[in-house]
Formats: sequence, structure tokens, C-alpha cells
Amino acid sequence: MQLFQLSKQRLIIAGLGCGLLLCIVSCSSAPANTSTVKAASVGTNLGSVMPELLVERLSWGINTGSAMQVHQLGTVRYLQQQLQLAPMTNVPDMPQAVKDQIAAMTITQKSMVDIAAELEQMRQASDANGSTEEARKNYQQELNRLDREAQSRAILRALYSPQQLQEQLCWFWFNHFNVFQGKANIRAMLGDYEENAIRPHVLGHFRDLLIATSHHPAMLRYLDNEQNALNHPNENYAREIMELHSMGVDGGYTQRDVQELARILTGVGFNFKRESPPRLGRLQDQYVRNGAFEFNPRRHDYGDKQFLGHTIKGHGLGELDEAIDLLSKNPATAHFISKKLALFFVGDAPTPALVDRLAATFLATDGDIKAVLNTMFSSPEFVNSLGHQFKDPQHYVYSALRLAYDDKPILNTAPVINWLSRLGQPRYGKLTPDGYPLTSTAWDSPGQMTTRFDIAKAIGNGSAGLFRTDSGMDYPGFPKLSNVLYFTYLQSILSQNTLKSLDQANSPQEWNTLLLASPEMMVR
Amino acid sequence: MMDRRHFLQAMAATSLPVLSSQLFAAQSPAQPRFLFVFLRGGYDAASLLVPMSSSFYAEVRPNIGLNRIGSDANSVIGLNSDWGLHPALRDNIYPLYSKGQAIFIPFSGTDDLSRSHFETQDSIELGQPLQGHRDLSSGFLNRLATVLNKDSNNFPAMSFTDQLPLIMQGSMQIANTGVKNVGKSAIDARQSQLIVNMYQGQPLSKQVDEGFTTRDQVNVQMNAMQTEDKYKEMTDANRNAISTKGFGVEARRIGKLMQQQYAIGFVDVGGWDTHVNQGNANGNLANRFKELGDGIAAFSDEMGPAWNNTVVVVVSEFGRTFRENGNRGTDHGHGTVYWVLGGAVRGGKVVGEQVAVEQRTLLQNRDFPVLNEYRSTLGGLFTRMYGLSPSQLDYVFAGVKGRDLGLV
Repeated sequence: MQLFQLSKQRLIIAGLGCGLLLCIVSCSSAPANTSTVKAASVGTNLGSVMPELLVERLSWGINTGSAMQVHQLGTVRYLQQQLQLAPMTNVPDMPQAVKDQIAAMTITQKSMVDIAAELEQMRQASDANGSTEEARKNYQQELNRLDREAQSRAILRALYSPQQLQEQLCWFWFNHFNVFQGKANIRAMLGDYEENAIRPHVLGHFRDLLIATSHHPAMLRYLDNEQNALNHPNENYAREIMELHSMGVDGGYTQRDVQELARILTGVGFNFKRESPPRLGRLQDQYVRNGAFEFNPRRHDYGDKQFLGHTIKGHGLGELDEAIDLLSKNPATAHFISKKLALFFVGDAPTPALVDRLAATFLATDGDIKAVLNTMFSSPEFVNSLGHQFKDPQHYVYSALRLAYDDKPILNTAPVINWLSRLGQPRYGKLTPDGYPLTSTAWDSPGQMTTRFDIAKAIGNGSAGLFRTDSGMDYPGFPKLSNVLYFTYLQSILSQNTLKSLDQANSPQEWNTLLLASPEMMVR
Repeated sequence: MMDRRHFLQAMAATSLPVLSSQLFAAQSPAQPRFLFVFLRGGYDAASLLVPMSSSFYAEVRPNIGLNRIGSDANSVIGLNSDWGLHPALRDNIYPLYSKGQAIFIPFSGTDDLSRSHFETQDSIELGQPLQGHRDLSSGFLNRLATVLNKDSNNFPAMSFTDQLPLIMQGSMQIANTGVKNVGKSAIDARQSQLIVNMYQGQPLSKQVDEGFTTRDQVNVQMNAMQTEDKYKEMTDANRNAISTKGFGVEARRIGKLMQQQYAIGFVDVGGWDTHVNQGNANGNLANRFKELGDGIAAFSDEMGPAWNNTVVVVVSEFGRTFRENGNRGTDHGHGTVYWVLGGAVRGGKVVGEQVAVEQRTLLQNRDFPVLNEYRSTLGGLFTRMYGLSPSQLDYVFAGVKGRDLGLV
């Protein structure tokens, strides 16, 4: 089929004009910079990198807007902004319509404690004698609604936030400290967990993530630590902290260490009731309450513990800080976290040399995630891997939508939620605490590929209902993928076979479908 | 006899572009079928198979222990003087056991003592020695399929999962298709061809070809099944039918596909990690057992005459602590109970090395020990089922001499 072709030069000029128009707003400035990394030291190896490929890796997928940004800013400045080492100037903010959608959500407007209090009332109504089926249904429906709000918010941010690296890291760290939507009432806590335990720390120090997740009700419920008490030990959370969150299964700890950490964690729980602290006598000043978090000294094992070769004196909640200190400074942790970051940002089988360098940065900077990422992004391994990493389902779906719709706000995330679920990677839907796998073999099976093609068609046809509003109005229409970005960038990376199939498309919709189904769309 | 090295070379020479779904013609009922069911999460085996005469059991399971002396619906079903079966399996698995079509192997498992779900699952799926070099991309069912299809191409394999699990990964490209939900594909035949063309010579071409082929085969069977279901509903109106939901629906579909087309299958079932409030005769774990048992019964029903040549093995990565924990649940343990079911099974018994269940026989004073290592158990089974030569078995489970427990 014939497609309108523009010269590359004209497009860049058009792009620049358009860019200036969009870029009057300056986005959220970088947060207080406690990092050890200096902006000037960033991106030392990026000179020869194709800018679009860098965007593909640091973002959820390239779109017209981000392609213009990287050309305007240059790769180094782009990376500085994504690492939040430079203020985000000359970059458009999220579209107002997307901000409005997020602002209208219950999880934005109410605190977790308030949400929990209301739900508790509903639950009591549904548990009461003679309660109706309807009361039970209402309770469950409200939980589901809150869960979908959190999913929608995450999807909208992935699609439209200018801080794309941060959005990817939110996914990465949530997945690392995974909790599952299906357990008990965790659906009511997901939004807060992501917003307050994960998101503020994704580019901070690793220790802060361990502290924040270990103080959040979602984690304490998911891994049963709320049940862990003196004489009623439950070692579930203790084991997963060591195996999955910090040192890794080969990190050199013992069953004894797990049991001792479980003792340290006794009494660490939460309480959504708005009541004054219990009377605890001489233990009163040991009691800690912070929001929903609660440390109950009555439930704590005050004996001394032997943990990772150190004696931790029994003295209450401070023991957890000591344990987390030991864990976050441990070389096994530095290695394990570095390897996971490398799997996510460089791809399958990162070289031991790269992981060693990342771990060295981790240890030298007290687990400064920005510093570790900077070491990685400056490495030749990273540069050489660009364009060769297989996308997992989250990356595939978001990149297809970003390519198709750029900054045009979708009004309905339900189809996206459904696609992610069909591809086996729903947000918050991983049952087990290991999170979703990071290697390509987990996601490139035959069944996965045919499902991706179905989704390519749904997006390419524009018939999925992404623009259906709550009132039932739909504004269908297929995206125009044969656009500026296609002719300035995508076309140049497509193989002859892909171009040949595209030429045989019977309609623009089918052309879209084939482009989104192409091998080049499966990698970044 | 071919030694292992030569055998591997011979395998490598033939293992290039084989696609499991292309091997294949419709299966005759006489063809052996094998389904591997993986219970992910480490199910509490001491609730499945209850030690009948252990006073220690009642002592350390005050809340989650089952009633061993009654004969009501909530009491354990005695299998022999040592063991009793969880009552949730009364109407689905116990009838198979009574017919001689079910075997339980207590004290089963792996020597991996990490008590980590993920490490132990991986090591079981790899089926390789724990020490020394391991090929992390080669699962043992893939190696079994490779061996069996070397000459005959009669043993097509399928993973009934949304993703291809480690156990099915390896030198042969095995297909996967989740059957929890089945729907029609949006991509028509012409578009499929255009897509296949784009992937020619690309690293993913095998997966893409295999995916389309499988999609077409599954569609044919699922359409046929819908027609049959309508017919059944009209004729027998649920007579004697076990009501199936969740895994039941999935298992019935797997039965249909394996009865028609696949000789080796894999499926996993989650939700067994019962740290809290696992219940006893009723409750969380009992519900999981019921759903699983109903599913296996539905599978056997759907297999029809082919059930007589079918073996189903049910495993989990580990058992759980023999003592209940502080939350009426159990924590990660070690030894577990494997199930072997099928018309081809010489069943109605509890087999393998066993010890009396007492405090002194527990591993590290907390778990069932492993006395029946899974690779030798499965090695013995595969040798009997398929007549594997020692070198073939060595390809599937390196260094293992199969132990014949008289399962089939």
C-alpha cells in the first residue's frame, strides 16, 4: 500500500516546532537530591547511541513526544532528567485529562486508614447475622473497585508520565517487593503500598525500601507477619526478606538466621482501628504506632538474637532497624539486587563483571539506586544491549499503546487490564512473593506469541473500547501508526520480511496490526 | 549399549527443527499418556495422607489435625493400618483408589533442603543433579519428550499453561496453551501467514509457527467439546456428574486434548502455601483438595478408554512442618506425598520406603524426611511405562538408576 512519505529533514523541523509548542509547561522538578551521583558524571558512554534506542530502554516505549524530547535534549540531558538529577524542563507534563482521572480516584482522595475504616464497616455489615448476600457482594465489589483504581493509575502513569524511568522502577520495585491482590483485603492497601512504600524510594537508597515495605500493612498481611508473635512464630516473611528481598537464596544465610529474623519480627504488625494504645504497663514506652503500622511489645520476643553472626540485643522495634542495616550492607544483597537490576535493564544473563561493578557501586554508596543505575547506564554492556532485549507483557502492551496513541489520553483502562491478564502478567496479580520472572524465556512461549498477536489486532483496529467513557459513550477509531515517528525511526529498523508483509496489508488497520505484531515490536 | 555421551550426540544431531505439534497424528487409546500435575506452594501432605497410629500427630496438630477414629463425612478415610486419606477426596480420588487406580508415595521429594518454593520448584523441574554443572534451560519433561520422539514422533507434548514452565523448556520446542479460558483467535489465516513470514529467520520463528499450529488444533477440540457438552446436558442432566469449577473445568479440557492429541502433558495448580488458618476437614486446604480431586476425576472421565493407558503424577515442591505453627497453619517443610493415578496404575496401595511418624523420625525435628527421591521414583516409572533403555533414562535423569516401585 502507498503511504505518504515525508523527508526526514522536514519531519525533524516539524517535530521541533511542535515540541516548542508543547513544552511551555515545566514538569515536576526533581526531588531533594540526596544522591552521591553528580549530574556531570552521567551517561559517559552514550555518545554513539541511537537516541531512540535509549528512549526505548529507559521508558515504557518510544512515542512521538519522547522521540522529540531526546532529540532536543540530547541523550545525556535526557538521562539526567530521567535519573532526576536535573530538573524536568522543556518536557510536557501528563495530559490534564489523565491527571483528572487520577485525581478523581478514591485512592487519591482518601487515606488508606480512612478507606480501611469504611471497608471495616462494610465487612461487619456483611458478616453480621442475617446479613444479605448483597452486603457481602458490596464489600467484595468495593475491594475490586479499589484494586482496579490502583491498576488504572499505574497504567495511566506508565502511558503518559514524563518520568518514564521512575514509572518503570515503580513496577520493578513493586515486583521485587511483591504483594498479591487476591489475598484477604490487600486490594484496599495496594494503592497506598505503591504510592507510599515503593514510589518515593525507587531512586533512593535500597535500605529505605526495606524499611518502608516492612512497615506497610500490605506486606505484613501478605507474608503473614501480622500473625508472627512470641510463642506463635511464623517465619514466612522472615524467610522471604532474606531469600527474595535482600540476600538471595544463595546468599549464605542459614535456617537459623531465618528463625532468628522471625523472632526479631515478632510483634511487627498493623492496626486500622482508631483506638488509643493498649495499656501495656512497663512496656508502654516500647509501643509504636504510626498510621496503620503498629509494633506491639506484648507480642514481641525480647530475648537476644544471633543474626548473620551478630548478636542483636532484645530491645523492641529497634532490632528490626539493626537487622535491616545488616541486610542492606551485606555484599550478598549488593550482588543480588545488582543482578536483578541488570536483568531488568540489560537483559538475560548479564555478565558477572557487570554485576560485580554494580555491586561495588552499591556497597560504596550505601545502596544508592541512582548511583547503581548510573554505573549500569554508563557501561558498554548496557550500550551494546540496546535494541536486543525481549519485552515482557507489561512492556509489550504499554509500548504498543504509547506508539499508537502518544499523549492522547485513553478513557478506559479495562481493555489494558484484560490484555495484561491474558498475557499472564497482570499488575498486582502475581500470587507468589518472588514476583514475575525477569528473563525472556518466561515470556516468549508459543501461546504467549499468539496472544500478543490478538492484542496487536485489538489495538491496531481501534475497536477495544479504550475510549469508552463511564457513561457508555464510545469514541472508536483506529490509531495512525504510519506517522512521523514511523518514517523518521521505525521504518529504518524493520527487516525486509517485515516490510514485505506490511506492503501486503489490506487496510490501515491491518497495517497497524502487522506492525504491532512484528518481531521488531517484541524487543527494545 | 550406547553410552550417555554418544546418546547425547545422537540426540543433538536430530533435535534441530522439531516442533512438537507437527509430530503428530490423532492418538489411539492404546498410546500411553502421561500428565504431570505440579501443586505449587508446597501442599500439606500430612493432611492428605494422615498417619493413623501416630499419637504424636494429635499432639502437635491440636487445631488442624483430622479426626482419625470416626466414620462420618469429616473423618479420615482409612487406607491401611498406617495411613488415612483426607475426607475431601472421598467422592473423587477414593473411588479411584478402591478400583486400584491410585497410589500414594509418602516421604517423597528432593534432596534440596533450601525450603524455598522457587529454588525447590526449579530444581525439581530441571531434574538434574544438585551438585555440579546444571543446564538451567533444560527441564526433564522436555528431555523425556526428546527421547520418546527421537524415532517414532508419537509422543506430542503440551504444557497446559499460559507460560512455558521450566520443566518443558529445552532443546525441543514444546508448545503451551492455557485452557482456563479459551476463546477464539482474532487473527485470521491470511494474517497468520503474513505474521509467520515476518518472523522467518528470526529467533522467535519456532515459537510463532508452533503457536499458530497449536491454536488451530486446540480450537478444533474445544469446538467439538462445546457441541458434546450441549449434547450431554440434554441427555444426562448432571447424573452422577461431579460438579466442576476452577481446576475442574481446566482438567476436563486437558482430558479432551490429551485424549485426542497429546501424549505428554503438564499443568500446575497454585494456592497451597497454607501458613495461616489452613482448616482441617473443612476450610482452605480442604477446598483445595476437593477442587483438585474433582478435577482429576473429571480428567479421567474425559479420557474415556484412553484412561486405561494413562498415568497422572501429582507432586509438590515440598511438604510442610509436621507441627502446626502459631497461626493454625504450617510452614515450609521437606518430605511430601506424591500421587500416581490412572487406569494403567497397579494401585490401591501406599508404597515406597516408610518410617513410623514420631518426633525422632522427623528431619531436623520438624519435617517429614525424604526417603523416596523423586528422580529415581519417576525414572522407575518412565522405564516401565516407555521401556526406556538405561542410556535413555540417563538422558532424562543423569546419573539415576530408576527404582521400580511397581507403579504400573
